Amino acid sequence: MSDTTSSGPMLAADGTPLKTSLARALRRQKLRALALIAPLLLFVVITFIIPIASMLLRSVENQIVSNTIPEATAALESWDSNSDTAPDEAVFQNLFFDLYRAAEAKEHTKLGTRLNYEQTGTSSLFRTSGRKLDKVGEEWQDPIEDIAPALKDGETWYAIMSGTGGEAVLEARRTLWNQMVPGQFEGDVGLTLSGEIAAMLPLTTAAYADWAIFEALEEERNVSKRDPWEAVYAALGLDMRDADVVAAVNAYDGPHAADLQLIAANLDQLPDLTLREAFADLDEDWLDPEVWQTIKIYSPNYTSGYFLNAVDMEKGPDGAQVRPENQQIYNKLFIRTLWMSLVITGSCIILGYPVAWLLANLPMRTANVLMILVLLPFWTSLLVRTSAWKVLLQQQGVINDILVWLGFVDDANRLILMNNATGTVIAMTHILLPFMILPLYSVMKTIPPSYLRAAKSLGATNWTAFWRVYFPQSVPGIGAGSILVFILAIGYYITPEIVGGTDGVFISNRIAYHISSSLNWGLAAALGSILLAVVLLLYWLYDRIVGIDNVKLGG
Amino acid sequence: MSDLNISVERPPLLTFTVPMVAILGACLGFVTGNVFEQPMVGCVVGALIGALLSVVLAQFEGIARRKKTWSTAALFAIAGLIFGGTGGLVGGAVVGLCLGWFATWIGSGQYRAGVPTYYTAAQTLWHNVFLAIAAMILFFLVAPLVPVMWLSFNAQDFFTFTPAMLAFEAEGYSLKHYRNFFDGGGRPGLGLLYGTLIGAVVGGLLQLLPNAERSLGKFVIFALVGAVLGVIVGKMWGVSGAEWMTPLKNSLIIAPFATLISVSLGTLAAIGLSQSHVPFRQWIMAIMISPMIVPLIISATGMFFFYAPLGNWLEATLGLNQSFVGYVKVILAHAVLGVPFVIITVTATLVGFDNSLTRAAANMGANPVTTFFRVQMPLILPGVISGGLFAFITSFDEVVVVLFVGSAKQQTLPWQMFTGLREQISPTILAAATVLVTISILLLTTVELLRRRSERLRGLSPG
Repeated sequence: MSDTTSSGPMLAADGTPLKTSLARALRRQKLRALALIAPLLLFVVITFIIPIASMLLRSVENQIVSNTIPEATAALESWDSNSDTAPDEAVFQNLFFDLYRAAEAKEHTKLGTRLNYEQTGTSSLFRTSGRKLDKVGEEWQDPIEDIAPALKDGETWYAIMSGTGGEAVLEARRTLWNQMVPGQFEGDVGLTLSGEIAAMLPLTTAAYADWAIFEALEEERNVSKRDPWEAVYAALGLDMRDADVVAAVNAYDGPHAADLQLIAANLDQLPDLTLREAFADLDEDWLDPEVWQTIKIYSPNYTSGYFLNAVDMEKGPDGAQVRPENQQIYNKLFIRTLWMSLVITGSCIILGYPVAWLLANLPMRTANVLMILVLLPFWTSLLVRTSAWKVLLQQQGVINDILVWLGFVDDANRLILMNNATGTVIAMTHILLPFMILPLYSVMKTIPPSYLRAAKSLGATNWTAFWRVYFPQSVPGIGAGSILVFILAIGYYITPEIVGGTDGVFISNRIAYHISSSLNWGLAAALGSILLAVVLLLYWLYDRIVGIDNVKLGG
Repeated sequence: MSDLNISVERPPLLTFTVPMVAILGACLGFVTGNVFEQPMVGCVVGALIGALLSVVLAQFEGIARRKKTWSTAALFAIAGLIFGGTGGLVGGAVVGLCLGWFATWIGSGQYRAGVPTYYTAAQTLWHNVFLAIAAMILFFLVAPLVPVMWLSFNAQDFFTFTPAMLAFEAEGYSLKHYRNFFDGGGRPGLGLLYGTLIGAVVGGLLQLLPNAERSLGKFVIFALVGAVLGVIVGKMWGVSGAEWMTPLKNSLIIAPFATLISVSLGTLAAIGLSQSHVPFRQWIMAIMISPMIVPLIISATGMFFFYAPLGNWLEATLGLNQSFVGYVKVILAHAVLGVPFVIITVTATLVGFDNSLTRAAANMGANPVTTFFRVQMPLILPGVISGGLFAFITSFDEVVVVLFVGSAKQQTLPWQMFTGLREQISPTILAAATVLVTISILLLTTVELLRRRSERLRGLSPG
């Protein structure tokens, strides 16, 4: 390259050492290639890879329980999930305030729906109880307002609660609200809590802060004028049950101290109802330890519960266990999907091999004409082909009509070819057959016909020549076609949905059902992750066997 | 297969031809007899007719095979017409065609035409059986489309053949499903006029360019393409709220834009990928192929959770029109799905690309952009176009993603067909299907022509 005669490193034309110059050129080439690739790579990663990854993350995410009823789940920590009684009063007290907030924001039904996936009946339990929590609060509100009529007035409450030093409480409550409904509770509440009151009446302050945040930021009303919700009265009643609090109230001299002392003096008029009883009155299922086990099991932020559900297991207090026989559906569905995909792949091999052989061995001109017959269905809309099979396979369809006309099938007992597994297999074999024929054809095209002739001239029979010489060379084509067909079949949705009925549907149809009808997105994501894992494994195999660069489309 | 079999010998008539034709006759007779619930009688009668036919046909030596076949078919059709009306006519013609063709094929010894002369009888039999099997599989591939097209002319609102249709009576047929399909206004006539004019003018102007080759053919092609596009655009102009035309319009809006995005980005990336030194080539390839590999339902749900908040954000923050945002979402989603097809076809074309051409261009002073458009692009254009067609058909045929990402305003043609098939509303679906089959035949022809051109350009085959 260089005819330099001087010693030392070889130099390029511009005087830099050749090695450096070449390395720079190579680097520049790499950069140029990457710059060409980058736009598409970014596009695919942002609009495809990341959305799918984040969708799959939903299969383990489970913040809804601890976000909606944070304090109750925290209190539940100490409850022994193997015990056969419901938790104690402390848990119920926290549940009351948590659920009250959730009910106001209408989030309790979502939690109920979520827990209902694990334990049926939970949805209605949460819905009905959330609706009636006001009534529980009124148990305290009515007597308190009788004792101290000034507390009927929202302005009195505002005066009592206002002050300085309680900002931390307000911010803590705001965090809880934002956990439940992200980003909804930002801005000025128009209230500064009194630190003294917060220390003296903790439940009341928390409940009042909850109310104030919701009132100011969600309902957008002026907190100083409005009456607080019933839970605040209940909180006051519960605070006053503590003898130390009563003593502190009697020593208190802040705004409206007289009203608070009036209540402290008439404690006998307040109900001595426990919240455990109150919840039991709302619905006796609250005393069912199984409900609480479910809540406790699903209170961590991440769960394997959806995946366990996806393989027909459930989380019990002692860890994972297999569901009862009559509740198992997904294992059966996965096995059916795999089995039917295998059957479809098998029938594609059986039907595709002869055609590919014929195409590869006919003269070019004839083969091209026949190739059009293979490519026409390949290019025809999937829905057209599916509707064609609907026309053919239905009970009043073409196939049945012909069979009846020919007298092979009695008019009264027409064959049921559709809305079952048969329909799905027939239609999908037809739809996926080109994907088997094309790779097979491109492999068979490379097998020299002289090998077969050589085998025969050495005395092999037709069958031996085919089986010992030709077939082994066509195996890569079978492998490529099979994996392609299998990958496509296992994730099919449209055709099984239309011709599959209930017995012929695939796991994809179940995923679609959970996404759009039952709204159990976590379970859909878990099912999807398993399906994707299977497909990626096959894809990896395909890449090893065929090489992804060697995929050919349309011959 | 072999060119050696110059003359095929006639097989012996009585010991071979007659029994063979009689067997086929018996089979066909069994089926025909079954219609009249007398399979055994039909079997015997069929065998007799077959034997007779083979003897009779053997007497006319000088007549071409084809003439014998057709005259047998005609004879059987007339017999069928006498015994069974119009249905008998068709049945008779089919049976006659089979039997006549088989009798002359066997009788003239043509059945050995495809095999070397040294083949034994069993080998010949297997060869022909194999051909018959392959023919049946090809029939299985194509035949399902026929009843769809036939039924789309049904005068009734059923998915099934009516007696009137089977009797080929005029009142059994109508174009009403096509009228239904194309219902919805638009101005195809005006579009045709404008399209042809614009096409002709563009074609004419191109010929005025300094170094363009001038030919009338180019002029006509431009005018024709302009006319076709004009009719389509004119037909879609101002359509809204129509049951089928609006979905078609949506499909025709979404698919071209999605194709444009996947083709432009995909071609660039394919050129990048085909350079000799690309870091992480395998991984990049895997990512770009993934939209084809990941099951559609998973892609669709992933995109659903991605595009729903993105759409809300675009509407709320940028104040964009809701329907515009809807289209953008579906177009982007479909563009990703089309990417693998463009990558695969264009990389395949680039495998045969001679890189010394670009170096030669650079040597002569062309900058990279000029080199790309004047040297590389014309050579890989067939690959780009067929990749684009794949991307187009992917978007045009896509249901699952649009079901999840789109709103009712973006309902596409496959979506409408999908809902129709689920609820089985009307045979208009079949009219739509027929239109789509026609379109796919046109596209297939285009791809085939492009493939041949590409191979000719790359010198791969003499074709």
